[in-house]
Amino acid sequence: MIEGAVWRRWVFFYIPLTLFLIFLLFPFYWMLITTFRPDGELYRPWRAANYTPFWTWNPTLDHIAYLFRETMFATWLWNTMFIAIASTIISLICGVFAGYALARLNFPFAGSLGTGIFITYLVPQTLLFIPLSEIIRNYKLGDTPWSLILTYPTFLIPFCTWLMMGYFKAVPKELEECARIDGASRWQAMLYIIIPVAIPGILSAGIFAFTLSWNEFIYALVFLSSPEQKTVPVGVVSELIRGDVFFWGPLMAGALLGSIPVAIAYSFFVEHYVSGLTGSVKG
Amino acid sequence: MATVSIREVHKHYDDFHAVKGVSLEIKDHEFVVLVGPSGCGKTTTLRMVAGLESITEGRVLIGDTVVNELPPMDRDIAMVFQNYALYPHMSVYDNMAFGLKMRKFDKAEIKSRVAQAADILGIKDHLHRKPRQLSGGQRQRVALGRAIVRNPQVFLFDEPLSNLDAKLRVQMRVELKKLHQRLGTTAIYVTHDQVEAMTLGDRVVVMKDGLIQQVGEPLDLYNTPANKYVAGFIGSPAMNFADVTIANNGSGLVATNTAMSIAVPEHLAAPLGPHVGKPATFGIRPEDLRLADGSEPQHQTFEAVVEVAEQLGSEILLDVTCGPSSMVASVDPTVRVKPGEKIRLAFNPKRAHFFDGKSEMAVRG
Repeated sequence: MIEGAVWRRWVFFYIPLTLFLIFLLFPFYWMLITTFRPDGELYRPWRAANYTPFWTWNPTLDHIAYLFRETMFATWLWNTMFIAIASTIISLICGVFAGYALARLNFPFAGSLGTGIFITYLVPQTLLFIPLSEIIRNYKLGDTPWSLILTYPTFLIPFCTWLMMGYFKAVPKELEECARIDGASRWQAMLYIIIPVAIPGILSAGIFAFTLSWNEFIYALVFLSSPEQKTVPVGVVSELIRGDVFFWGPLMAGALLGSIPVAIAYSFFVEHYVSGLTGSVKG
Repeated sequence: MATVSIREVHKHYDDFHAVKGVSLEIKDHEFVVLVGPSGCGKTTTLRMVAGLESITEGRVLIGDTVVNELPPMDRDIAMVFQNYALYPHMSVYDNMAFGLKMRKFDKAEIKSRVAQAADILGIKDHLHRKPRQLSGGQRQRVALGRAIVRNPQVFLFDEPLSNLDAKLRVQMRVELKKLHQRLGTTAIYVTHDQVEAMTLGDRVVVMKDGLIQQVGEPLDLYNTPANKYVAGFIGSPAMNFADVTIANNGSGLVATNTAMSIAVPEHLAAPLGPHVGKPATFGIRPEDLRLADGSEPQHQTFEAVVEVAEQLGSEILLDVTCGPSSMVASVDPTVRVKPGEKIRLAFNPKRAHFFDGKSEMAVRG
């Protein structure tokens, strides 16, 4: 906290904080207000006398209704949810085991293998989708959810592995040694001691992975083509922007509804998630 | 209960030779303390007994079994770690029961054993708590409880008291001693604190640079240290040392340097004979020095300059310089001296030590 006179606190703390908050939250506010604003107001010229861009007196649910009636938004939501959860589970399982191995087992080239995994994370998706689309086509997975469930781990596993590796390294080695003296095998020590202790880390990795796959755009755009297979980000963009016509109301309604599950996931796990990021395991 | 034999054990880490041929026979029921500065190989030795480090060379036996290749779980040992290593997600009860559950004890047996251990350690009221809700001393007790419920053949302690504050450490030290007297389980205890070593150990093993310097009962180490290192390590304040040359002045052997010329005590005259003309180290403990009152022969005293007088109530510690060497003398609390004052200190010849100038080994009568 800033010490001293009240004006100092305002100048150095409250005012910058407020500006920062406005800057960060304005897009969300814009999304919210556009969702509930009737078309008549949305497309009103800005010179009009009754132009009120930041508020509406006639909120409407038309855009949301349009979304569910005229597009396959509910299907997209379901697709996205299924794909995100499945790929998160796959990536978490692989990431936890790989992270544990890299952090704890002294096998040859563990260090360079860890770096190697990290480097694969650095390969941009915008390049990787080219060879991946070849593979997807060869295995005839195109236009199915599996094309995404199996390709998202290409960037989720390195990510989870690194996060978990850091977390496992912060867990005192003695816990495991003690468990092994207590009579646990390496597997049992991992299952009963290390993984329960690492749950905050696993939750953080899971939330990150879930968010990344929920928001993923490129692979979903390339690998999925029929409307009933699409995910929310791709469906909203491809079905609600027709040529140069933007259906702003339904677009923003789609964006709003699409962000709610992520927001729920965050707020639900926020306690674990924060302690996971700060990595505190106190004995 | 069991004996532990460590036979010519070596440990290499890549190009670092951490333990260089340590041999030690630990009797049944014995409490042995390994003590030494950090990096002396004491913890590594303990971890090799535990099975947490592989043994590069040599053998470790628990009872009659060679355990070199046995995993930790099959050695029937319990270990208490410096950071307690309590399982943070488990209650105190589950922490203590974990080892028994892993070994498939039945529920009633687990319950009674945990209750008994909790009773001994005075943590009955905390069994349902999580480790983070406990104080340092209570955590230490839980860690001890986890070790004793299994009733293992050997206890291994890796600096278990060094995370506690000074007062609690003294208290837990006494409790550990009592616990050992009660249970009688063979124990190996690692510490860097010589006071802990002296107070706890039936026998103390002083280690340095991966080698055992001396093994003995605490008072043996104190009274007859094998070398200069042990002499300086055991005891607080530490033994005073002065570099001297042994000479024969016709009437007997003397040890001299620029500031002192003292007679070699009778019982050391013969063994120091071969050292005439060679450098040696004279060692004397602070409590074996006193202010000379003129009654003692001149050659059992030397002159010193007072630097600081530390009043401790029961004694006064005088930090003095005597030529090139600084010394500490523990003198009677009634003595009044000022910094800068020249005094004469008398030493107890029976308790004087001499060490070879080169090998630093003690010269014994």
